[in-house]
Amino acid sequence: MLGYALRRVAASVPVAFCVALFVFALLYLAPGDPAALMAGDAASPADIEKLRAALGLDRPFLTRFVEWLWRILHGDLGTSVFTGIPVATLIGQRVLATFSLMIVALLIASGIGVPMGALAAYRPGGAADRAVMVGGVLGFSVPVFVTGYLLSYIFAYRLGWFAVQGFVSPFADFGGFLRTILLPAASLAGAYAALIARITRATMLDVLAQDHVRTARAKGLGEARVVIVHGLSNAAAPILTVMGMGAAVLLGGAVVTETVFGIPGLGRLTVDAVLRRDYPVIQGVTLFLAFIFVAVNLGVDLLCAAIDPRVRQ
Amino acid sequence: MLTRRGMIGGAAALAGAMALPGCAPRLDGRVLRFVPQADLASLDPIWTTASVTRTHGYMVYDTLFGIDAAFRPQPQMIEGFERDADGLRWTMRLRPGLRFHDGEPVRARDCVASLERWSHRDAMGQALFAAADAVTAQGDRDLVFRLKEPFPLLPDALGKLGVNVPFIMPERHARTSPFVQVSEMVGSGPYRFLDGERIVGARAAYARFDGYVPRAAGRAEWTSGPKHARFDRVEWTVIPDPATASIALRNREIDWLEVPSIDLLPLIAGDPALALPEIDPTGAVAILRPNHLWPPFDNPAIRRAVLRVVRQDGFMAAAGFAREARRSGVGVFPPDTPLATSAGLDLWQGEPDFDRARAEIRAAGYDGGPVVVMGTTDPPILRALAEVGADLLRRCGFNVDYQVMDWNAVIQRRARRVRPSEGGWNVFFTHWTGLDLLNPAGHMSLRGNGEKAWFGWPTAPRLEALRAQWMREADPAAQKRIAEQIQLQALEDVPYIPLGQFHMPTACSRSLSGLLHGLPLFWNVERAGNA
Repeated sequence: MLGYALRRVAASVPVAFCVALFVFALLYLAPGDPAALMAGDAASPADIEKLRAALGLDRPFLTRFVEWLWRILHGDLGTSVFTGIPVATLIGQRVLATFSLMIVALLIASGIGVPMGALAAYRPGGAADRAVMVGGVLGFSVPVFVTGYLLSYIFAYRLGWFAVQGFVSPFADFGGFLRTILLPAASLAGAYAALIARITRATMLDVLAQDHVRTARAKGLGEARVVIVHGLSNAAAPILTVMGMGAAVLLGGAVVTETVFGIPGLGRLTVDAVLRRDYPVIQGVTLFLAFIFVAVNLGVDLLCAAIDPRVRQ
Repeated sequence: MLTRRGMIGGAAALAGAMALPGCAPRLDGRVLRFVPQADLASLDPIWTTASVTRTHGYMVYDTLFGIDAAFRPQPQMIEGFERDADGLRWTMRLRPGLRFHDGEPVRARDCVASLERWSHRDAMGQALFAAADAVTAQGDRDLVFRLKEPFPLLPDALGKLGVNVPFIMPERHARTSPFVQVSEMVGSGPYRFLDGERIVGARAAYARFDGYVPRAAGRAEWTSGPKHARFDRVEWTVIPDPATASIALRNREIDWLEVPSIDLLPLIAGDPALALPEIDPTGAVAILRPNHLWPPFDNPAIRRAVLRVVRQDGFMAAAGFAREARRSGVGVFPPDTPLATSAGLDLWQGEPDFDRARAEIRAAGYDGGPVVVMGTTDPPILRALAEVGADLLRRCGFNVDYQVMDWNAVIQRRARRVRPSEGGWNVFFTHWTGLDLLNPAGHMSLRGNGEKAWFGWPTAPRLEALRAQWMREADPAAQKRIAEQIQLQALEDVPYIPLGQFHMPTACSRSLSGLLHGLPLFWNVERAGNA
């Protein structure tokens, strides 16, 4: 297992390097002049030129890329053109909100998706199966912002159970955290739950038809044990893989959800930076999220290998 | 061990707890929660011209003069001033007991350094320092202006409301290059900025500065008079989605929404606990800005032909403003302000004659080449202005190349002086707050100083001469006469075309009282029931 883990980690390094190169090149080639933005409206061309030189923007691509990479390796993601705040600080201020949103959405989605998928597979064509199919279609087709507004209107505005906007750290006030995070997480979880339910159903249908399940039943095991121990545990690898890949779906959805619910997360930071052409922030956040995505997939690979020995070979 | 019954019981308890009345966050009486019109991206009000940063500036910093309800400058940080008979020497004495948030006293040399830095970024500041021989500190409390020529508008300049406002900061911060942002917020205003609580793009927080000494006498009006901070804290929350912001206001999660969305105003108006006061009587004025560097708008005859067919009410209606919230027949200065005049505005009477406009434009030499109009996808007001404006130009016979982009792309592209075919532009639309257009000194789109002018770079020497004449004039009646001449000249040179004025109310809880005019100001405001 250790050898497999080391091989997977090593394989992630070139991926991370390619991501870094891609992110840097993308922003290098993008139009716009950070020096002009930093200098503001009243700056003369000479002022802008001076600032450009001071920022090192007049140097060749390779020099800048190597310097940038060196700084990244030392944890320096650069400084925001607009605010003058280090990008790492900006990310640090927002990472908790986005990760909380993702984790709670993941818990809700898997808490709904896996049992519903398993139930649907257990009685194909039954009421639960049809409900999963309908729910899946709805989950995929209703946009996150529609779900968000609907939940917000009913549960925050009409019933007053939750907050309409904002984010409270779970470490500061757990009740406040639940009041601010559950609605956005629920709206974000919709499509994800549908995806997990469909994948669970398809995988479980396959697993439940296999010989070892029939043998388990023949041995007289209870249905719950058959489905959970012999069915779900064998279907876990593909479900986990889909959940890992779905992290990207969640990150994409977080942009909309954070805007609708006024959550100060990485999604909003990215959108604001793009609209302002704040290139160091775009670079830093993209790189950070790409690394997170690589790490999540690495984690899923290792988890799958731990669950299923066949993966390690 | 976790059992099924335990889980069901836990879930029920959680649901029950959430269902309790008052479970959603409610307002704390000592905290004012405010939603600004935009993110507070930059904190330095000298470095940027962003309105939201000016609002922030008035919380953290103080000014030597403030403006009263009649737009007259009134001493604010100073006790008073003396002016020599020839008007060439002004001496101002700081009020005793003024302190910065770090506990240091406010000294005259802090004021000198702050004004010097401001003068590099502000047109009125440049004019003041051009007229000054020296601005010096005499001891800790006296500030002396020695002038080469009289500058009667000195108090107006030091109390100006339009961006950039001459805020006073500690000398060590004021020595920062005017092209680099100040990194630490230390002012002497009624609220302290809580840097540790700031989340860029989401939140800013302020605490009352207990060391602030309000003026002993007078009445709080606009930015003048005693500044009594009634709240312990003021929290700014950026809510990018207007619908969410409105619901948050109705849900009592926030107290004050600076700019509610036009389409949601009826919703807010229908809530008896909320009010829609108008705090800025100067409103905002929309404009069409032509690029004077390139054909066809380098030709004043063509600009005048377009000017004549503009009907402001159409623009304002298209932007979604109700009849009572919009105003047409708007000239160079905002209606109901001291310099507003109707001189020359009769050119908009009657129906627009597009046939005549097309003929004049052709006769002036327009060759049918593409006219790049920069439209924007957001905000909705600017999108409407651009769409109506592009249509108007087509009706004038222009070959309009309507290019739609986001507003930040417009901001970047409008700075490009290259030919429109090489990534430049011919026309864009924007709006100014009325506060920025009160007089010729700070009126950026009226400037005609060529390459140094605001984007569009008009060259209008007569306008510049009139502006200089206005700045030398102390008598309000004479100033008004010059303002009329400026307007007539502007209708000849057409540095820009005014498209009408609109008023946006602010939205707040009815429990708030004492809101001042001008811009969101956080002193004098209090909540009913707070001791």
